[in-house]
Amino acid sequence: MSETETIETQPVIRVVDLVKRFGGRAVLDGINLDVHSGETIVIMGGSGCGKSTLLRSMVGSLFPDEGRVELLGRNLNELEDRGLNALRLRFGILFQSGALFNSMTVGENVALPLREHTNLDEQTIDIMVKIKLEQVGLREAVDLMPAEISGGMKKRAGLARAISLDPEILFYDEPSAGLDPVTSAEIDQLIMDMSGKLGVTSVVVTHEMDSAFRIADRIAMLDQGKMIKVASRSEFEALRDGEITGDEQSDLIRQFLRGDSEGPITDRRLSTGYEADILEAAERE
Amino acid sequence: MSDRATERNFVEEVGSRVIGGVCYLGGMAILLGRAISVAPTTLSRSSGRKALIGQMDRVGVRSVGVVCLVQIFIGVILALQLAPPLEPWGQVKMIANIIGIAGFRMLGPILTAVVISGFAGASIAAEIGTMVVSEEIEALRAHALNPVRFLVVPRLLATFVMMLLLTIIANWMIALGGYFTALLVLDPEVTETYWSLMRDQLRMRDFASGLIMAGVFGVLISLIACYEGLKVRGGAEGVGKATTMTVVYSIVSIILAAGVFTTIFYVFEF
Repeated sequence: MSETETIETQPVIRVVDLVKRFGGRAVLDGINLDVHSGETIVIMGGSGCGKSTLLRSMVGSLFPDEGRVELLGRNLNELEDRGLNALRLRFGILFQSGALFNSMTVGENVALPLREHTNLDEQTIDIMVKIKLEQVGLREAVDLMPAEISGGMKKRAGLARAISLDPEILFYDEPSAGLDPVTSAEIDQLIMDMSGKLGVTSVVVTHEMDSAFRIADRIAMLDQGKMIKVASRSEFEALRDGEITGDEQSDLIRQFLRGDSEGPITDRRLSTGYEADILEAAERE
Repeated sequence: MSDRATERNFVEEVGSRVIGGVCYLGGMAILLGRAISVAPTTLSRSSGRKALIGQMDRVGVRSVGVVCLVQIFIGVILALQLAPPLEPWGQVKMIANIIGIAGFRMLGPILTAVVISGFAGASIAAEIGTMVVSEEIEALRAHALNPVRFLVVPRLLATFVMMLLLTIIANWMIALGGYFTALLVLDPEVTETYWSLMRDQLRMRDFASGLIMAGVFGVLISLIACYEGLKVRGGAEGVGKATTMTVVYSIVSIILAAGVFTTIFYVFEF
């Protein structure tokens, strides 16, 4: 998708001045983000920067302390359980662990949303399950239990379940975490297929750089609960490759993208007042 | 630390525990209310009925052997401990009356509930807690599926029904334990009069009061187990804590509820 197309389409997700606090600490501090129909946006950031909290706020699992999230034109703050559940049928989530129901086979996992939310007969559901599993390359695992399949297969099965009701938006929570590079690349390919073939809008939370640059149309970078940059993949590539330099923010993003051990991120972690701390302890004794 | 500070800390500690206790009870009451409100939906769907049967097998059928073993021995213990003090009065045969009342009114339901809280309560808390940790509960919600309807209702109903059925079996196992002891150890006269004395002693209210308590215990055990499971935080450690707390809270609440019900039955001569 080109940038001009992205700008022209109406946002399917709008995050407006979102603040979320845990125990008085603002984990998300005034986040603004628009996600447009059909695009793949990657939310990046270091551990504990608030990206999972942002994802959970976007899907209605967490409610904001300030600001709002609009999903498919509905303000999540104003929705009752019934309204939220109706909206949940229009988006899917791939959880970090796959989150398959361990008491059910892979096929039953994929069939569950179809059984519960449609009036399809069992024969049709069986066919639908096979189609969904084929889309993620897992048709042969239909009768296996989650405990019998690998981490990568669990994520594929989780994805098949997430797309069972043909959602308009797919959220991915760390899809490559804990996977080997080849399996990770396969999952990335699946994410691109979902977007390309099914026209699904994708929101991906990750800190895997290779994965992010492979799948993203746009990238949003979070740091310490603030959205520091939302830009196209090409702009982030230019930042990473040192074509854009100068300000501290660019240096910070570059350090993150390159995984450098020295830079603005590590500088602010350096402890200050070490000598005073030691002297104070010595005086007390 | 000054006395005043210690005093304040003590007051704060007591206050926070009271508030914690009220919140806990409130949370359980809300969970029970939600479960009752969605129970008809669970029962109206074939998946819900299938889950209920699965849970009845897990809670009841699998624990029937343990319940029988424990209760037969309770009957044996009661008979052997009651016989010596009754002997000087020539009233050993009265063990049938006492075992009947103690077993059917109290020991049958209470000890069955204690076995079930360890057997089923702990495993329900561990199962639901693990589902929280592995994001399965969040996945249910994400698919617009209500965890209370899917998980809590089948376990609550199954434990309630199976507590009633197991208590009926348990009552007779206690009676049988007493009878076998009389047959093998005690005077033949005791054996001859055992069943007729027990039949004369027991009234419908003795069966009913035991079963009322059994039903309440079933609800308490499953509610505590589900509540503890659903509020698990912090991985495997949280699951372990939930399992332990389920057994502790279940047993304490069973004994407290038994005390309350016995008092009510006593006051109303039931």
